Amino acid sequence: MNCNSVIRELSDYLDSDLELAVKQELERHLADCEDCRLVVDQTRKTVEIFCGSEPLELPADVRSRLHEALRRKAGARPI
Amino acid sequence: MPSTIVREDEHALVLAAKAGDVAAFEELVNRYERKIFRLAQNITGNREDAEDAMQDAFLKSYAHLKEFQGDSRFYTWLVRIAVNESLMRLRKRKPNQISLDEPVGTDDDIMPREVEDWGPSPEQRYAQTELQQILNNAIENLDPPYRTVFVLRDVEELSTEETAALLGISVPAVKSRLLRARLKMREQLQRYFRKGDSN
Repeated sequence: MNCNSVIRELSDYLDSDLELAVKQELERHLADCEDCRLVVDQTRKTVEIFCGSEPLELPADVRSRLHEALRRKAGARPI
Repeated sequence: MPSTIVREDEHALVLAAKAGDVAAFEELVNRYERKIFRLAQNITGNREDAEDAMQDAFLKSYAHLKEFQGDSRFYTWLVRIAVNESLMRLRKRKPNQISLDEPVGTDDDIMPREVEDWGPSPEQRYAQTELQQILNNAIENLDPPYRTVFVLRDVEELSTEETAALLGISVPAVKSRLLRARLKMREQLQRYFRKGDSN
């Protein structure tokens, strides 16, 4: 497996969605190629940062308008 | 990656809301409003549009709750409505730039150009709000077909199949766009996270 193939399989590798033989071949390449190892590690880190991020609080004015609109809707048309 | 947001009482809340319990529906709104707002903000890249899309998504889900069959998660159903509302606004704002069907590029253009060691953990290096701003900017810089897939898969943590169904594209298309999106995100974040940079 060369660097181009590693990059093409990278996403499936991070999602544990590769066949075992392909995964092993990819990992053999990573053991010898520092650039690919960095790209794989950094892409994994990128995904982890986003997956783990909690949404910030809803701004108070936005929340207040949303709930007001819902109450208006509920008052006008019960479910 | 499976979502972790479903709580055991969600089904009961949906049933109660369908039976006319407005408080139960408000509890569902309280539970998901931050996530739906973030989703809308990430797709539209515009706060005003995000607020409108979120509000309309909740109002439409309320109005159509009886049509929700319960064969998918309520949250997935809500996300579908919110994504449609967000895309509609994005298309309205940039009618000539937005197509979710545009073909993806060639293999050559995904190869990483810069590879540099990253410094300490980004979470240690940046305050929460500063890091959030960096992440938001990076998402906004992605083209819509990639941005939408990245947001659904890696921010909202929907499965590949859920994302494909929601966007009306194939599983291989989701995977291809996700790969490109992740590589582009890595490249963007490298600017902030590489070793030796103080900010």
